[in-house]
Amino acid sequence: MAQPRTVVMVPVDADTVTIGARDVKNRFAEAIGRRGLAAEISVFEVGSFGPSDAGVIAAVQPDGLVYGGLTPERVDRIVEEHFVKGRPCREWLLPGEYPLPDPRAADARRTQYAGRIVLDNCGRINPERIDEYIANDGYFALGKALSEMTPAAVVGEVKQSGLRGRGGAGFPTGLKWGFCAAESGPEKYVICNADEGEPGTFKDRLIMEGDPHKVIEGMALCGYAIGAHQGYIYIRGEYKLSIERLHQAMAAARDYGLLGDNILDSGFRFDIEIKIGAGAYVCGEETALIESMEGKRGLPRLKPPFPAQAGFRQKPTNVNNVETLANIPAIIYRGADWFRRAGTENMPGTKVYTILGHVLRPGLIEVSGGVTLRDIIGDYAGGMKTGTFKMAQLGGTAGDLIGGEMLDVPLNYDALEKVGHTLGSGAILIMNESVGVCDFLHACMRFFAHESCGNCNPCRNGLRWLTAITDRLKRGTGYPGDIEIMEEIATVLKTAAFCPLGQSPAGPIVSALRYFRAEIEKGIDRKSARPKPDHTARALATFAG
Amino acid sequence: MTVAEIVEKHGNHRENLLSILHAIQDAAPDRCLHRDALDELSELMKIALSDLVGTATFYSMFSLTPRGRHIIRLCESPPCYVLGSDNILEALRERLSIGIGETTPDGLFTLEHTSCLGACGVAPVMSIDDEVYGNLTAEKVNAIIDRIVDDHITAAAARKAD
Repeated sequence: MAQPRTVVMVPVDADTVTIGARDVKNRFAEAIGRRGLAAEISVFEVGSFGPSDAGVIAAVQPDGLVYGGLTPERVDRIVEEHFVKGRPCREWLLPGEYPLPDPRAADARRTQYAGRIVLDNCGRINPERIDEYIANDGYFALGKALSEMTPAAVVGEVKQSGLRGRGGAGFPTGLKWGFCAAESGPEKYVICNADEGEPGTFKDRLIMEGDPHKVIEGMALCGYAIGAHQGYIYIRGEYKLSIERLHQAMAAARDYGLLGDNILDSGFRFDIEIKIGAGAYVCGEETALIESMEGKRGLPRLKPPFPAQAGFRQKPTNVNNVETLANIPAIIYRGADWFRRAGTENMPGTKVYTILGHVLRPGLIEVSGGVTLRDIIGDYAGGMKTGTFKMAQLGGTAGDLIGGEMLDVPLNYDALEKVGHTLGSGAILIMNESVGVCDFLHACMRFFAHESCGNCNPCRNGLRWLTAITDRLKRGTGYPGDIEIMEEIATVLKTAAFCPLGQSPAGPIVSALRYFRAEIEKGIDRKSARPKPDHTARALATFAG
Repeated sequence: MTVAEIVEKHGNHRENLLSILHAIQDAAPDRCLHRDALDELSELMKIALSDLVGTATFYSMFSLTPRGRHIIRLCESPPCYVLGSDNILEALRERLSIGIGETTPDGLFTLEHTSCLGACGVAPVMSIDDEVYGNLTAEKVNAIIDRIVDDHITAAAARKAD
């Protein structure tokens, strides 16, 4: 088969689909075909390059050029000028430092590709072609495990790597696998938690859309390690493109004998099914997710027993986040020592972040654990889009709000813990001075109040109170004492809520008070000397109104 | 498809309940779970009606009240809020003369809030049925609504011509 001399790669993901990426890709194929260049120039869809600020884009390789802001009409011109006449359309080219999917380029900050573990294929390969995944060492880890390693050795390697869960809690993955592997019985399950509901977090979606086979391989490796033969991907109903690409990838893997009854003739049996959620934030908590998979209301279960002992169908179950599983193939194929070269002692490897808010270049990045927030804003996100930095929220809506004094703390579990913060899911929301702290807190509390599953009192009622109080504060009509009540509720949530999702709203409240107490106090009306209210009645009445 | 056929297709097992509810809701012209369908489902799956209603109302993608042909779901999560989702809500309210949870009198649109759609890179965001629209502005919202309305007018005219 003739090799094309040029390839055009159009990132098609749920972000770019909304602005017409499919039309652009189809127009490229059409126009190139019409010119009789189809044998020389191949056009395909890839996953996200990372940033999502330049509209529909297309990379032309090996020229190393990236076009931005594409429309079907512009595509016609590009095909005519660039491909037929050999003159790139300079006016639509993105500046030279635009991250290009070229892992060989030297400057990591420019390319953002060097050192990637999870996203190394995203934007570089066609996610709908299994051959391209295999050509980039895909399924080599599975082959290695099945032919050279015992299940215990696989668990050992993951333990050795020091990988910690990337869903938010940061629990050591190898340890979790070890618990499940230690359980006896033939019926165990692997669940991939793709119910990405933490506002601001969309890394899992872009991983599944850009490199679905990596997740599938990670799940198969987990199945082999813990002795499970069935995997499930619990995914949000809204993630249509992810679901489509996963289905396609699973079918291709079955065709190649990489999923199914006798994987690579090793006698190992493993397959995967997709379960679609119906919209509930709490289902990101692993026991609530399992309840939902069983067709029930997604209420968290009492632990112990942990899912490793009694999970789905009361059988031993291992639940991991998408990004966690996507780290596994590299760890097994290249070894734990290789993995530990990146990151820090207590947080080896890389972390995928989604950067959003008032920055020039929102999107997806993968960096090692020593990077600071200042680096991320300045180098990766292109700086502030408007205004100056005021605050950031780390780890989604359940994350801590931090002020400018924390810009130089490295983003890893230990360094953040030392200053009293957590890393969370990987979302980083950057805000400028136009955002009021009370206004923002109210938006967060309204979200949690809506998503509370209603199972336990601290979360169900506490969040209604916090919504009402933050609403008053943002209007400047807070009562004296409101801040103290807010602190008290945060303490109750933290200590008495049933599940992690009920405990987490305390994070934004406590941290906001730490950095922005003076601004929050301005929300209290001390002048009009209104009578001290009956808090119960008034708080709930305000909420209802 | 009837309720019985949907249950048959997905398998009469509690674990399949969410898929079954999705399918029943999608099959209803007014995009909701009707009482008679739930009665029938309760009978078929031997699940108490209270349990079915409890499960369906737990999840935000299910509705027990009739909805319009197109469901607009505007993201109200903090990242979209910070980038101005309130202005988008205002634009939608003005354009459609309905509030959150309401349906236009012609039965074409229902307006809902949703939590994060995972497209924060192009916030503020809304979805209409299965399509997600990003980088919204008031003008863009109006253009999107106009296009859907126009499509319906054209389709209705075509039906008349037949």
